[in-house]
Amino acid sequence: MYSDVVKDHFKNPRNVGEMENADGVGEVGNPVCGDMMKIQIKVKDDRIEDIKFLTFGCGAAIAVSSMLTEMVKGKTLEEAKKIRNKDVAAALEGLPKNKLHCSNLGADALQIAIKDYEDRLAGKPKPEETMRGKTGHDHTHDDGKCYCPYCDAELPEKGAGPVCKNCGQPVEIEHEVPA
Amino acid sequence: MTVINLDYLSANPIAPSVQEAMIEVIRGNNGNPSSAHQLGDQALAVLDKARDSVARLVNAADPKEIVFTSGGTESINQAVKGVAWAKADKGKHIVTSNIEHNAVLRTLRRLRMWDYQVTSVPVDALGRVNPADVADAIREDTILVSIMHANNEIGTIQPIKEIGEIVREKKVIFHCDAVVSVGVVPVDVQDLKVDLLSFAANQFYGPSGVGGLYIRRGTGLWPLLDGGVQENNKRAGTENLIGIAGLGAAADLAMERMEARVAHNLKIKKHLVAGLNEKIPDIYINGHPELSVPNLVSVSIRYIEGEGVVLMLDEESIAAATRSACAAGALQASHVLLSIGRDFADAQGTLVLTFGEEIGEADIDRTLEVLAEVVRTLRNMSPLYRKVMKERAAG
Repeated sequence: MYSDVVKDHFKNPRNVGEMENADGVGEVGNPVCGDMMKIQIKVKDDRIEDIKFLTFGCGAAIAVSSMLTEMVKGKTLEEAKKIRNKDVAAALEGLPKNKLHCSNLGADALQIAIKDYEDRLAGKPKPEETMRGKTGHDHTHDDGKCYCPYCDAELPEKGAGPVCKNCGQPVEIEHEVPA
Repeated sequence: MTVINLDYLSANPIAPSVQEAMIEVIRGNNGNPSSAHQLGDQALAVLDKARDSVARLVNAADPKEIVFTSGGTESINQAVKGVAWAKADKGKHIVTSNIEHNAVLRTLRRLRMWDYQVTSVPVDALGRVNPADVADAIREDTILVSIMHANNEIGTIQPIKEIGEIVREKKVIFHCDAVVSVGVVPVDVQDLKVDLLSFAANQFYGPSGVGGLYIRRGTGLWPLLDGGVQENNKRAGTENLIGIAGLGAAADLAMERMEARVAHNLKIKKHLVAGLNEKIPDIYINGHPELSVPNLVSVSIRYIEGEGVVLMLDEESIAAATRSACAAGALQASHVLLSIGRDFADAQGTLVLTFGEEIGEADIDRTLEVLAEVVRTLRNMSPLYRKVMKERAAG
């Protein structure tokens, strides 16, 4: 099911843990899927000098966290900001389709950690902890539309379900789209 | 290293006597039971023998009440859709429970497309349905009640006999999904007062891809598959003779070994539950402590996610299953675990450990040792666990 790279990062995750006096912290979680991730960064001369993660989640979520920290370590903030979910998934030599949402979590946590660092520099107050909304289907297209997690067909905003009209697989009706 | 298989629910090993029965069919002439010549007669004899064995296993009044299928999922689809179609003129209301297998729940969801209505009764914290709730849910237009015997995630056994009496009195058809229990504990269709009962061979040392449906004589339902006249017009398609021979042999073996298997499994279950409670802090053992199948332990390991546990156990050649949303691919927490009151996070860390006669206490001891270490590793990287530990330290 998983690529060898995913398995390696799952078995030997890099940069696990917490750090004292982090410069930026990003926490994301999805109580429905159940994954939660915390990323801490140490920044020196606009570079990510050190990074640590904690993850509550499946094998893919742990591998994504580990790979992300490796990709980011030593990068400038500007470079790190350009890292997208698909870059992490590509570095892992792909993830099963129903695991792609795990990679979203990693990049999101990183961007929040960077923003937290920049906000602290600018003296802004810490924003509320981010909790993504619950979804019964796929939002990985990043265009705000809803897609069937099984066949990728676009779902109507209202009146989707009880099954996808295209492939007949069950889709949830009630959902809140993540902000 | 030999794999310690604690995932019997996915598929039991195929017992030697079952293998022999199947090989005998493979090596013999591959006749078609519908043929009017002697090769057909030989095949028909295999089919009839297996039907007798299965009828004995579930105590059907007549072997003709057994229809062979491709397994539990087909049996359930046949039972539920077959009744829904046949009784549409009488009504379109179906009663079920909140903790049914997806084969039932998704079939019912599909039927909603054709205006069928479903009432789902809740379960208590141990996963038991209250028969009075079923009685209350039955309406004038109710055509079917479908309640499972033993649950596949927590093992709890439902009061099927009490429900069966209520449903029969109200003259509604009663289907019972007994995939988890047939061949594992005694199941008697006449005592349970069911009209339809689904089962699968791979839950009692038979092959995967074959199972059956008990259809009490006189129960009206339309076939799921249209075609030839096989299985007394109830299931079209040339029979899976090799699989059915295996199912029959597995049924014979289950009758013979039932008492010994139950005693062995209960001993292993007790040992496993005691070991989990002793070695791993912050867990819940799910399901009813007594009214449950003897070969299943469901444990929610708090603050971690189950798929990671399964992958790490696999590294140590221990096969286990999880009910976490991530592993299921459904991206949703288990409806069974939520129904018995587990929260989303605890549902995520749930393992289902299932076993049989081949698993001994030494296998359980090794599993517990490895599992305790895996749990420590995963909790060490869990933000939830660290948060809880900090809160506890702060008092």
